[in-house]
Amino acid sequence: MGLNDILTLITALLIAWSCSLLGCFLVLRKVVMVGDAISHSVLPGIVIAYLISTKFDSIFILIGAAIFGVFTTFLIDFFHKKLKLQEDASIGITFTWLFAAGVILISLFGDGNADLDQDCVLFGELGTSFLDKIIYHGRLFGTRSMLMILPVFIIVVLFVVFGFKGLQIISFHQEYAKSKGINVSFWHYTFMSLVSITTVMSFESVGAILVVGLLVIPPATAYLLVNKLPSMLFVSCIISTIACFVGYYLSIIFDVSLSSMIIVTAGSLFMLVLGFIKIRFQVQKTVELK
Amino acid sequence: MMEGITYFFTDPIAQKVIMGIAIIGAVSGVVGTFSFLRKKTLIADAISHSVLPGICLGFMFAGTKDPIVLLTGALVIGWISVWLIDYLSSTTKLSADTAIALVSTLFFAIGSVLLSVISKSQNAEQTGLKNFLFGKAATMTTFDVEVFTVVSIAIFVLVILFFKPFQLVCFNHEFAKSIGVKVKRMEFLLSTLTVMTVAIGIQAVGVVLMSALLIAPAASARYWTNRLPIMILLAALFGTFSSVIGVMLSTMKNNMPTGPWIVFSLFTFTLFTLLFAPHKGWFSIKRRNLSNHKKITEENLLKTFYQLKEEGNTAVSFRDFLEKRAVDTHSLVRDVRRMVKHGFLVEKDKTFSLTESGNKEAARVLRSHRLWELYLTNRMNFKNDHIHGTAETIEHLITPEIEQLLLKELDFPTSDPHNKEIPY
Repeated sequence: MGLNDILTLITALLIAWSCSLLGCFLVLRKVVMVGDAISHSVLPGIVIAYLISTKFDSIFILIGAAIFGVFTTFLIDFFHKKLKLQEDASIGITFTWLFAAGVILISLFGDGNADLDQDCVLFGELGTSFLDKIIYHGRLFGTRSMLMILPVFIIVVLFVVFGFKGLQIISFHQEYAKSKGINVSFWHYTFMSLVSITTVMSFESVGAILVVGLLVIPPATAYLLVNKLPSMLFVSCIISTIACFVGYYLSIIFDVSLSSMIIVTAGSLFMLVLGFIKIRFQVQKTVELK
Repeated sequence: MMEGITYFFTDPIAQKVIMGIAIIGAVSGVVGTFSFLRKKTLIADAISHSVLPGICLGFMFAGTKDPIVLLTGALVIGWISVWLIDYLSSTTKLSADTAIALVSTLFFAIGSVLLSVISKSQNAEQTGLKNFLFGKAATMTTFDVEVFTVVSIAIFVLVILFFKPFQLVCFNHEFAKSIGVKVKRMEFLLSTLTVMTVAIGIQAVGVVLMSALLIAPAASARYWTNRLPIMILLAALFGTFSSVIGVMLSTMKNNMPTGPWIVFSLFTFTLFTLLFAPHKGWFSIKRRNLSNHKKITEENLLKTFYQLKEEGNTAVSFRDFLEKRAVDTHSLVRDVRRMVKHGFLVEKDKTFSLTESGNKEAARVLRSHRLWELYLTNRMNFKNDHIHGTAETIEHLITPEIEQLLLKELDFPTSDPHNKEIPY
């Protein structure tokens, strides 16, 4: 295993872990589709950020892009509550519109910007991320993608560890949380901003659509396997770790897009777990009948 | 610009593209209406992401972009995705939204793996396959348009044949079941129609954004009518109209994908509808609320003047009024001036009194109020001290017809439960 493999894998793992941790709460709170919508809607923000700063390492502009994600949740609420459009249609219309706006911006102004084409939007460039190494005073610090996701990963871990009580209570008992005087909308918007930042920072590596796979598939698998929140977070990280390693080797063997292969591997793990659970259920039933 | 527009209606290739996209827009409007009413639009989104591997497998199987093979591939995979979403959300503890997001991204990822396998192959035709991601209407061949026409006619025929059961399934699931409609079968048929629509739409709109074409026309149409047949027609019209405009916009620059532009024109149109539609639009609702609010304030104002008159005060100053009813002074002055202008009040030495028409209007409001109080005590056995609050609200809603009914029911009473005279 060479240096490039290690760098790519570390990037993949950091993204996958951040997504797994946040995804567990998305699944539990049944707001996966809002997460899905956010990951699509940050596109115009990202494109504008890239167009303004051609060097685009400026983190601040990308944080600006993340605001688009929170703006999405506002917009969905506006359509649903103020304009009285049913919720599923509000979500569907909002994110397709913002995503379309992003693609239009790319096709109008994206010429000559190698990092910004329609393929990158969909699949990301995790497989070639090792080309962009950050070297300072002759010492290697990592790749750009890796250094972009690292602070996000740290923030996510800190948020989950220190905000665990709050997150837990709004995930399981929103009404109870309200009655105890917990500021539910504060937690909601902080959480959604983190989802938004994570999608923006992992955009270059995995694209705007496949990141949803990382947000939902490992947590859903863990949700089938265990019943306690801490173990769900843990199992979900394990699943995404396996998916990253196996997906990485499969993508080299078949020479296909790395980020897609990671999702496909995670999906296969989900199917395996699902099959295992169904069989166990059948066996239990037959044992009970005897 | 004018040249560009006439070009669309004279050039045979452009005509063919416009024809194709118009068909797609119309079918999406019709089928989308049912998804919208069943609140299943996000499944439509999942289906449109999921058909990507179907297209790829079809291509790998046939080696060409034969629309019939690609359509079949999309249909089969689309069906599998619908079934899988249904299976996951009904037999595991995963919620429906998790199942939808999971299936759509997983299938999309499988599709993109297949795409990268295909792009490694030496097949010259594979370059066009990427157009299925964001759509490219210009790549439609005459044969494509013919196939789309046949499929859309089939969809229209099915919708007409099964219109009644579809309507029942959309609006009253339980009732449909109780009168013997095969709900499961109808739902399966509706999903099939959605899959078919997605399959013919993706070439022009792309798998990523196809769901917008199913959702937006139906959502707009819903704001213009309450009747299903009209809603379907409107949705078809909106779909066609926005898609054609979107395709025209996309020709502004070479080599632009069509899907995003179609979505953009759809969204603009939908937003316009949501804001400005008569009755259900945002502005309409706001205006209605405002005029209701004004009516209530005016009625309360006149009523208070009448009550003061009952107490013997016929020349009411602002101070007198505020002692009787606490309201914002600034708005009181404004409202009183307006009522003077409308001829309900007259001013004399900074005091105000009711005119004849003002008196009549105030008596009407107070009559409703007191009749309702009486009705609550006599017929509903409410306590005396519990009736004022509801009467205060309902007095503004009682129509002359309801008033007549109340009068008859209470046998034309003369005084209310607080022993106040009921004015006639």
